[in-house]
Amino acid sequence: MYSKAYMVPNPMTPNQAIFIDEKLCTGCNTCVDVCRTDVLLPNPEKGKPPIVMYPDECWFGGCCVEHCPVPGAIRMEHPLNQRIGWKRKETGDYFRIGMKNPPPPNTRPPVG
Amino acid sequence: MSNIDLNRSMDWPYPVAYGKENEVEADILVLGGGVAGSHAAINAAKRGAKAVVVDKGAVIRSGGGGAGVDHWHGACTNPCSKLTPEEMIELALHGEYLLNWEFGNGITSYILFKESYDALLDVERWGVKVRDVDDEFKGAEFRDEKTKLMFAYDYDARHCIRVSGGAGIKVAMHNEMKRLGVQIYDYVMATSLLTEGGKPGGRVIGATGVNTRTGEFYIFKAKATIITTGPATGLWIFSTELIGAAASHGDPNNSGEGTAMAWQAGAELTMMEKVSPMPVSGGFAYPMYGTGNAHNTWYACTMVDANGKEIPWVDRDGKVLKTVSERYHDVPGQKAFFNGPNLPYELRSPSLIPDLPERIRKGEYVLPLYADLPSMPAHERRAIWGLMVGNEGKSRIIYNTYQQAGFDPDKDMLQTNVLPPDRYFFYPYWNTMGPRQWREGGGGGIFFDWDLKTSLEGLYVAGTSGYAGGNHAGSASMGRYAARKAVAYVQTAREAPVNQEQIEKEKERVYAPVTRTKGIGWKELRAGLARIMQDYCGEYKNEETLNMGLRWLNSIRESEASRVYARNPHELARTLECFTRLTVGEIIMNASLNRKASSKALGLNRLDHPEIDPPEWKKLVTLKLENEDIKVGARPVDYYLQPPNASTYEENYRHHCGL
Repeated sequence: MYSKAYMVPNPMTPNQAIFIDEKLCTGCNTCVDVCRTDVLLPNPEKGKPPIVMYPDECWFGGCCVEHCPVPGAIRMEHPLNQRIGWKRKETGDYFRIGMKNPPPPNTRPPVG
Repeated sequence: MSNIDLNRSMDWPYPVAYGKENEVEADILVLGGGVAGSHAAINAAKRGAKAVVVDKGAVIRSGGGGAGVDHWHGACTNPCSKLTPEEMIELALHGEYLLNWEFGNGITSYILFKESYDALLDVERWGVKVRDVDDEFKGAEFRDEKTKLMFAYDYDARHCIRVSGGAGIKVAMHNEMKRLGVQIYDYVMATSLLTEGGKPGGRVIGATGVNTRTGEFYIFKAKATIITTGPATGLWIFSTELIGAAASHGDPNNSGEGTAMAWQAGAELTMMEKVSPMPVSGGFAYPMYGTGNAHNTWYACTMVDANGKEIPWVDRDGKVLKTVSERYHDVPGQKAFFNGPNLPYELRSPSLIPDLPERIRKGEYVLPLYADLPSMPAHERRAIWGLMVGNEGKSRIIYNTYQQAGFDPDKDMLQTNVLPPDRYFFYPYWNTMGPRQWREGGGGGIFFDWDLKTSLEGLYVAGTSGYAGGNHAGSASMGRYAARKAVAYVQTAREAPVNQEQIEKEKERVYAPVTRTKGIGWKELRAGLARIMQDYCGEYKNEETLNMGLRWLNSIRESEASRVYARNPHELARTLECFTRLTVGEIIMNASLNRKASSKALGLNRLDHPEIDPPEWKKLVTLKLENEDIKVGARPVDYYLQPPNASTYEENYRHHCGL
């Protein structure tokens, strides 16, 4: 159990529109410069992952994810109040994004 | 980042230089680098003009259509189309395809029908995959075997084309602009128009801007200026607490700068009283295209209830359709159909049973509903989920994240958000929750003529800044047309010096928030403005509420808005957007006051003038600023076929189109 506590402002809503994998990110800042609403700011330390400064201004357009040169380095998540589920027609099983023990990914790419 | 300690805030990562002047000269200045702006800039550059594009966001992905496009409207000159532009405009005059019903604009609609397909061929040349070149849909009834074009909605009339790789369309346009030497100013927000002698109503000779990262000031001098920014979204809606800036259905960068700066410069605006007639859900919406649906991009997906019971599709006469294929075909004798709510009989598409709300209430269908993709024929299923959702604006990421989470359209039925039964009358379903007084503007904007010229010399308009603006293809068509007219104008336009006083005054206005450290922040100001719009200019209005609203807005301008602070260039930009929204709100309230009648097409409910669309109000109400007073005028709704214009579309187009 930690006993240290801090006086900090409340977390922003949505908390974190995008998640950057610090191990994969090369700090190239491509996402920073394609974001339409300047949600991200470059890290003051060169080569480090950008800072998701304004998640409350994210349009969830996904441009940062699409342009990232390292697959998997950025993940976008719609906020929890933006998620819908689906039902498997044959079995009636119900799924949703974010569930525990999710089904395996469907790897079929989109058209185009 | 939620774990930043604000007491130890970090230095701003970009070099800050508030007020530092940068001068840029252009033949054609394009304000806004979205779909209309990109087509305008490319076409201007192709004609040898020095084109400069200014955008608040990154042009590589900015604009309402910046995150993709899946279907291309009005492309009736394609080799498979059963309709000519003349037939399309005739049909459109009767329906929503004019986008604003009887108040729609024949100029932009006709330009769309004449040039939509050409614009699509342009983007194909710039590298966008349009056709089914990989033969993935070989044999599908929406595909033409010879041209490999694929069609959406009406498989007989074939006027709407599916774009098979539209998700990356802005990247292709950006590359083409670079190739042609268009100068792009990303992250520069245009703030005002410069006029000859600094006088409102004078010739437009450029614009000012502020860099949203460095705070530097820009003076753009131009022989002609094309406004292509979007109209204000999210005027009634503001709460990042719910779903962030995505709370506005449209592009959150569209705060109405083009509308506000044209207004301040004295340009004539019209139809600003129009608001969305549908409930707009703002912060309560689901991601666009992201829940099970049957219309729009999801047309015409089978829907089932919680027990798997299928909801019937019917034709326009209420006859139940037995096959999926019938949903995509005209009934005998019908020339074409369009997909949309409340269409006139002759243009009505097949739809889900119109009494679905009633039947849900009676218990015949059990909520929640699901989009039954697995039961759809394979090509249709792949077209809806893989092509349309896979490429439409903001929905490539939906495709990717849902697939990543295991969603399989071959096996899974996507749930529809649960709504009160009466809301199932509207669609798309993802957007139909929320308080009724939360509206969205739409349709109003800058008045223009057959040259897409505004009432001010040197100022042109393309895309949704113009009144009754339309969709992706409409913006593209207008962009290329406006560029031709602006380039023709600059051949004879003389140089005009900018007025230093106008620049100094604008700098004082723009930088005031960075001189303060106390007061209120931009978010509270914006939420406060939204509240004024909700209460005094909401679903129902009267003279009293509108005058009260104007009083509040003016009072806020003098008080809270004069005390708002900005701690960095980003906050400054957001603050300036609030000022823009305040101005646009005032214009909307004034426009609403000056239409003393209710109107279905305009979404206007005047409690003190309840009669809906009385004949004497079938006219465009126009407003402009003249000597700091608002001058109200009127124009016939079909002014574009009235003198001095010719009486037919074809003749006007031929005379003006510049081809």
